[in-house]
Amino acid sequence: MMATLDKATALDARLARLSVPAGGFAAKARREALERLSAAGFPGRRDEYWRWTNPTAFAAPEPARAEVPAAQPEMFDGFGRIRLVFTDGVFDAAASDALSGEEGIEITRLAEAPDVNWAASVYGTLEAAGQVPVLRPFATLNTVAATDGLLIRVTGRVKRPVNVIYRHKSEVSDPILHHVIRLEPGAEMTLLENGPSGARFNKVIEVEVAEGARFHHIRAQGPDHKRQAITHIFARIAEGALFKSFTLTVNGRLTRNECVLWLDGDNAVAHVAGAALGDGADGGFHHDDTVFVTHDALNGESRQVFKKVLKNAAVGVFQGKILVKPGAQKTDGYQISQSLLLDAASQFLGKPELEIYADDVKCSHGSTTGAIDPTALYYLRSRGVPLEEAKSLLVLSFLADAIDEIEDPALKDEIVARLEAWLATHRG
Amino acid sequence: MLEIRNLHVKLEDQDKVILKGLDLTVESGSVHAIMGPNGSGKSTLSYVLSGRDGYEVTDGSAVLDGQELLDMEPEARAAAGLFLAFQYPVEIPGVGNMTFLRTAVNAQRKARGEEELSSTDFLKEIRAKAKALKIDAEMLKRPVNVGFSGGEKKRNEILQMAMLEPKMCILDETDSGLDVDAMRLVADGVNALRSPERSFIVITHYQRLLDHIKPDVVHIMADGRILQTGGPELALEVEKNGYADILKAHGIVAEEA
Repeated sequence: MMATLDKATALDARLARLSVPAGGFAAKARREALERLSAAGFPGRRDEYWRWTNPTAFAAPEPARAEVPAAQPEMFDGFGRIRLVFTDGVFDAAASDALSGEEGIEITRLAEAPDVNWAASVYGTLEAAGQVPVLRPFATLNTVAATDGLLIRVTGRVKRPVNVIYRHKSEVSDPILHHVIRLEPGAEMTLLENGPSGARFNKVIEVEVAEGARFHHIRAQGPDHKRQAITHIFARIAEGALFKSFTLTVNGRLTRNECVLWLDGDNAVAHVAGAALGDGADGGFHHDDTVFVTHDALNGESRQVFKKVLKNAAVGVFQGKILVKPGAQKTDGYQISQSLLLDAASQFLGKPELEIYADDVKCSHGSTTGAIDPTALYYLRSRGVPLEEAKSLLVLSFLADAIDEIEDPALKDEIVARLEAWLATHRG
Repeated sequence: MLEIRNLHVKLEDQDKVILKGLDLTVESGSVHAIMGPNGSGKSTLSYVLSGRDGYEVTDGSAVLDGQELLDMEPEARAAAGLFLAFQYPVEIPGVGNMTFLRTAVNAQRKARGEEELSSTDFLKEIRAKAKALKIDAEMLKRPVNVGFSGGEKKRNEILQMAMLEPKMCILDETDSGLDVDAMRLVADGVNALRSPERSFIVITHYQRLLDHIKPDVVHIMADGRILQTGGPELALEVEKNGYADILKAHGIVAEEA
């Protein structure tokens, strides 16, 4: 009883600090979400799903102060992208390209969308579906209280990638953003995300990928270190559709990236990958990838490839599950999570799970933890490559499988360049 | 010139002594072969010279052109002109062969205070040298040694040697696992690199490699020392009679295999 009361108090304290937007197409979804959230409360350390990551920072009424990060060279320059900038969680029209004008794609601001019919059927819907079998209360909080975000409807094959850029200008910024994306049948788009978002960041992306549509997502988190971020992606992938998401994370005292995918139509494909590098020297590094993939149709293919490089008492967490429902025959599910520990004080906690209710499927999972191979290090050094440079090459080597999940070679190069820059400043 | 004097080496974490006062002088421009039975310390010698972890030098020195190698980090030894062609080249997934070689070449140039090679100059050079070793462009792009056949791995070692232009090359059983044609290709690659400024130590079990890479001097090594030194005829003698007589003459009982 005490625990329930505490949870209710914590939730009230958090909600009291938020200005929940009223009215508009999302009003009903927000109301329902608030009911769900009130029933669930915030999770605590005793909740199994939060055993390895402390949720307190995400539930606290105020964010921990985080210094404004130094400016970084802009990513994805030269990719012909549509640049859309959020500064401390508010869409920054002056810094952005026009929302309208590109063929095959309609983009609206959540904060300025009193009546967007198509989005009303998606906003909060996938998030609500993602509460079973495990509660994800911070995503529900997001549905309740998101103040801004993008509503993107894709009707054609859009060549230019949409680049959402986050900027962090205030030490106490606490943005809650919610993007809703619907790809109509046969449509295609690439979403790029990068930039420090705020002192604390709560973000949800809901994606409907209709029949034969293709969604590509490349995200770069960091290099701001003091932020605390919780993000969720919920995606429903229809027949013959494709979903591919890759996340590079460098730095960050606390990050939890959840990804909830449903392969709902036959022949659907869903790949989600992540490469995370963290140095715990400055107040810790804790990175958590939590993934739940549900196969509910024939001949689906899913891949999870997660790699973490951890040093100076950094902590990496992977909770990944593949659920194959009855009748989802010919499912091909793959999951690998690996960590490279650069010192004995770092730690990797992995919980790979398979739950299968169909008899004609191919599912595999693996999880490993290791150190740098001394023989490979000696080989590189014997060719004259200095110790630290040799280690960096072996880190890149370790991450290669995850990075190879990026289809576009130019985007792959961009991500590798970002990685190399991080490695060059985190030697020793 | 490489001068090894009274080299004593033991395993770092065991009491096993492997090299027991080894002396060896390799003059610039010469090719020395080291033969010997299993367990004689031949590979250990190559590892200790190139700076592999796990060995403890308890006495002696190894000086390359006036520089003491044994005090240096492995990368500094490489920059000083030492190169070891591995018996088992290491696979490095996710790192392109070309990237690896360029990193190595430029790291060595930097360590010697020379200017780095431009990408065009590097490309020009590596293409020409790869062609001579029948290494195609595809192999240069692939991750280092991943999926390479035994012969491809050894040719890749020789390509690295050609690109790094060392003064002192050690070939550790480069002939192991190679068929006759692959061995000829590797030997041709090595012979093309012979020059008055460059010397070689060729470690091998078999005389047949020495038919292709003709040594100036042949050493017989056993029990952590050089037992006997001679000309190419010594290798032929070993091929014919084995090591038993030589070992016996030095009072060494052959280890059971």
